[in-house]
Amino acid sequence: MSTCLDITNLSAVLPNGERVLRSVSLSVLPGEVRALVGESGAGKTMIGKAVLGVLPSSVRIVEGDMLLEGEDLGKLQPKARRTLIGARTALIPQDPLTALNPSRRIGPQMTDRLVRILGWTVEKADQRVRQLLDEVQIRDPDRVLRSYPHELSGGMRQRVLIAAAFAAEPRLIVADEPTTALDVTVQKQILRLIAALQREHGTAILFVTHDLGVVAKISQKVSVLYAGKVVEEAETATLFAAPQHPYTRALMAATPRYTDPFASLKPVDEAVLAGLAAEITAADKAWRRPHG
Amino acid sequence: MDKPSTSRRGLSPRLWLAGGWLLLALLAAIFAPLIAPQDPLAQDLMLERLPPFWLDGAEPGYWLGTDSLGRDLLSRLIFGGRIAFIVAFSAAIAACLVGSTLGLIAGYFGGWADRIISRIVDVWMAFPPVLFAILLVAVLGTGLSSVILAIAIIDWTRFCRVIRAEAMGQSRMDYVENARIAGYGRIGIMLREVLPNVVPSIVALLSLEMGIAVIVEAILSFVNLSISTDDPTWGGIIAEGRLSIHQAWWVLVFPLITLILTVLSFSQFGEALKTRFDPVLR
Ligand SMILES: Nc1ncnc2c1ncn2[C@@H]1O[C@H](COP(=O)(O)OP(=O)(O)OP(=O)(O)O)[C@@H](O)[C@H]1O
Ligand SMILES: [Mg+2]
Repeated sequence: MSTCLDITNLSAVLPNGERVLRSVSLSVLPGEVRALVGESGAGKTMIGKAVLGVLPSSVRIVEGDMLLEGEDLGKLQPKARRTLIGARTALIPQDPLTALNPSRRIGPQMTDRLVRILGWTVEKADQRVRQLLDEVQIRDPDRVLRSYPHELSGGMRQRVLIAAAFAAEPRLIVADEPTTALDVTVQKQILRLIAALQREHGTAILFVTHDLGVVAKISQKVSVLYAGKVVEEAETATLFAAPQHPYTRALMAATPRYTDPFASLKPVDEAVLAGLAAEITAADKAWRRPHG
Repeated sequence: MDKPSTSRRGLSPRLWLAGGWLLLALLAAIFAPLIAPQDPLAQDLMLERLPPFWLDGAEPGYWLGTDSLGRDLLSRLIFGGRIAFIVAFSAAIAACLVGSTLGLIAGYFGGWADRIISRIVDVWMAFPPVLFAILLVAVLGTGLSSVILAIAIIDWTRFCRVIRAEAMGQSRMDYVENARIAGYGRIGIMLREVLPNVVPSIVALLSLEMGIAVIVEAILSFVNLSISTDDPTWGGIIAEGRLSIHQAWWVLVFPLITLILTVLSFSQFGEALKTRFDPVLR
């Protein structure tokens, strides 16, 4: 079976030579949800940005391959890569306010991409956008389409962004902590919506989160990230039943219950952290920065 | 969670007052030959230094009095408005086009484009503006077009600095990254996504700059470097009024009031417009 996203040995460095991604390998099958967990600063967002081709200019990929539906992103010309990424992927961002252009109404913002980038007719795009708004349970599409982003609530904005992400039928969606910026009461609804649309459309999702409760609910596979290194990956059920890596076990022990997302990730055991540090150092020693 | 905000329509009194004065002054300038009660250039030594209408010795038809050559002050102010507005609009628009374009490019693209443009702005701003203007006009020669050119050459940096900072802030927003992921080109994103978000600031600056251009033109006229014809200008009238302050204070006071009202109105009008153009502030 061909993979939707296949990352092998991806390393990225900062200008000072420090690695932010340490030989990351990770794959997402078509229609599958792969969770990417790890504490703050682990590099989850970096992986998402690398896939979508929007890494900050200070971060440079020094080795590794990224295959999007079998096409090697590293081998494509910038323009062709942009076109491919634009057509096959989408992002559900963390902060729904800044992810919408404040000076443009929702309607044009949503249809513009379909019309301009994908060449749809305005009628078709409009119809499509309304259909998606219906799927994310927005009951008054006319009002929403006429609104400016600041006129909607946070939950509504995230619904709009979810609708926008699915509208162009991407094969892969990167969801970067899509519920973190929302009210606790809205978080569950949004999560359920993403899961429902994902099943309906059969879209593969790389789901970034630091919440193991969310992982259990939404994903089939998990990769656990620490300091830019994948320390464990497994089927979600397997991981929860029998976590292999001490860090994963520590994370699980530290996560109380899904009901309180702010209590997740309690401090991890000293000994485990020391073990991790040794592991990272060993990996860095063994790694030689490729030339050219 | 933030509530959807209700938008506040209706014009603020600030916008009314400032806009009202500007409209009045502009219409008067445009229709000067129809409106002005007297010929602004006609001298009459029998009528010299007539006081404004409410004082003893005033003549009907010379509402704000006359200057030391017997020319009607109101008519001269109305005609002087023509040059003031021509300079205000042309110089401000020219400065705005150059400054905003460079500012947008520097702020959005960053990198070496930003470094080059920012360096030029720094060097430019090292010159004291009024001295710079006088110097430029001395080089370019006096006349309407060189006054306009001088103001534009000096003041594009004001637009450039502000728009650069705003464009830079906008470019870091996630919606720009989203547009990038969707596959829009850089220039398309700059024009379609970033530009609309800096337009309110451009509008406010443009209006402010018109006021500044009016002042600079007045200063240049004052030091006799502006339009070297007989056409009345506000700065020129102020210069003349200064000489006869003890015999005819009105020749100094009325053009000053006109100038200040106009400059203040431009800046207030700009601020009020900015609030109306901005979907978030509105
Ligand atoms: N623009 C940048 N330039 C250089 N380094 C960066 C930049 N952004 C992030 N980093 C660094 O890269 C590392 C990974 O950051 P990343 O944002 O991917 O973490 P994350 O796992 O998404 O964390 P969070 O849960 O807080 O979102 C961090 O150590 C961070 O300090
Ligand atoms: Mg992140």
